[in-house]
Amino acid sequence: MIDYDKVISDRARVIKPSGIRKFFDVAASMDNVISLGVGEPDFQTPWVVRKSAITALEKGRTKYSANAGLSALRIAVSDHVFRKTGVSYSPDSQIVITVGGSEGIDICIRAMVNPGDEVLIVEPCFVCYAPLVTLIGGVPVAINTRAEDQFRLTPEALRAAITDKTKLLILPYPNNPTGAVMPAADLEKIAEVLEDTNIMVLSDEIYSELTYNNEKHTSIIEIGDMAKRTIYVNGFSKAYSMTGWRLGYICGPKPLIAQMLKIHQFEIMCAPTVSQFAAIEAIHSCDDDIAHMVNEYNIRRRWLVNALNEIGLECFEPLGAFYVFPCIKSTGLSSEEFCERLLYEYKVAVVPGNAFGECGEGYVRISYAYSLKHIMEAVRRIGEFTQSLKKEKK
Amino acid sequence: MEPIIDLLKANARMSDKDIAAAVGMTEAQVAAKIREYEEKGIIKGYTIIANEDLLDKDLVTAFIEVKVTPKADFGFDDLAKTIMMYDEVDSVTLMSGSFDLAVTLSGTNYKEIALFVAQRLSTIEGVLSTSTHFVLKRYKEDGFFIENESVDERSPVSP
Repeated sequence: MIDYDKVISDRARVIKPSGIRKFFDVAASMDNVISLGVGEPDFQTPWVVRKSAITALEKGRTKYSANAGLSALRIAVSDHVFRKTGVSYSPDSQIVITVGGSEGIDICIRAMVNPGDEVLIVEPCFVCYAPLVTLIGGVPVAINTRAEDQFRLTPEALRAAITDKTKLLILPYPNNPTGAVMPAADLEKIAEVLEDTNIMVLSDEIYSELTYNNEKHTSIIEIGDMAKRTIYVNGFSKAYSMTGWRLGYICGPKPLIAQMLKIHQFEIMCAPTVSQFAAIEAIHSCDDDIAHMVNEYNIRRRWLVNALNEIGLECFEPLGAFYVFPCIKSTGLSSEEFCERLLYEYKVAVVPGNAFGECGEGYVRISYAYSLKHIMEAVRRIGEFTQSLKKEKK
Repeated sequence: MEPIIDLLKANARMSDKDIAAAVGMTEAQVAAKIREYEEKGIIKGYTIIANEDLLDKDLVTAFIEVKVTPKADFGFDDLAKTIMMYDEVDSVTLMSGSFDLAVTLSGTNYKEIALFVAQRLSTIEGVLSTSTHFVLKRYKEDGFFIENESVDERSPVSP
């Protein structure tokens, strides 16, 4: 008999399964659960985009594309990024179309991080960064952000985390799970700290289209000459509601993108071709769809923030993505206790904040990628839960 | 953009308090705005989307293309107003294209509608011809899917 335990690599073994996943398994096995736990839009992919994929299939455009992605798509991405940020990336040598933003993050880390190199990860954040760093022998270093700073990265916290081993800063704004954004003024302070170092930035801007209250998203590549030390990661999942299409892209300095393309080529050849054809259509004709979605999210966001504050779960006002990150410390429960009891007793699924980093303890992530009707029912149940907790205390 | 109208069109029973939170106004401001819409006739009424097929009730609806000859002293508006006065008539609209007025009717059976068209509608001075189409099945109405609620295919918890 083969002893599988001896077969597993040390680095794979070290990685813990995602805290979100554990919760998902429980929620999926229960009936009548009303979930506010998803990290993907509730809107359908715009019909014109789906139609263009159907056309691509009909025409038999089902072969590998160029490794870096379809030329037409890279040109579209280049134009799009320029329109949004004013930064120009060559479609020929500075853009790679990836399998979701996720692959972009992975190949970026692989191309830059040596064993022992430290990677600064701004937490709470999406769950993939630290495991990917660990997998290649890098050292993930968490920088905690706080509600009183609106979960923004402060220059003080950044400076304190930098050592002579620091290679890379991962900057995830607009942020999943907090909904925090980094306005231009805050980014400028970060740029100042990095100015005289050799530290690169991986800016994960997958939620860049989803910002509210006229808070237009600013990318760090717009600040000074930060584009020269930044790998810009974005994609189609959130902006165009295309999560299952698995399509993202990275833009950056030519010598680094060349290395990432090499890894990408051996790892997966190219992103799915049909998805790439669909993405061209998305960039060309879906600005109105984005505007519509943003407007809908904003209505839900305002209602939800207000309702959570009313039932005694204090939350700072998130200005990006589609999450609120209320503080649950007033209940006296830990994040996991809160979520488990809410799930078992009131059948509402939300995600414990500590799944996104230790400093997320005391918070839960609530997604508003649901209809207002659905959100209202879920919040009504959460309200009953917090009421019952108050009675317990007495 | 009129967010209050959009919210009420999606759910006419949404409370002023909830609307206020959703659009970032005070409850009093929302109440005043809705009153203003009502007074100006922008909001004509509040209704529901009913799937009457599920009620134990006989209901037949028809869509009728009406061609008319407007006269100098009795134009499209006058003809439309004459037609819309009948209780059986649900809607009347002036159309571009190969006919003039689109009329929707409802009744308890096909015969009732056929008689109405023959005896009431066709006989109106100025009505040239009618073409009656019975509704067999409704799929979507006012933005709502009548039969199938769209199913959320997402996993309950995901990144």
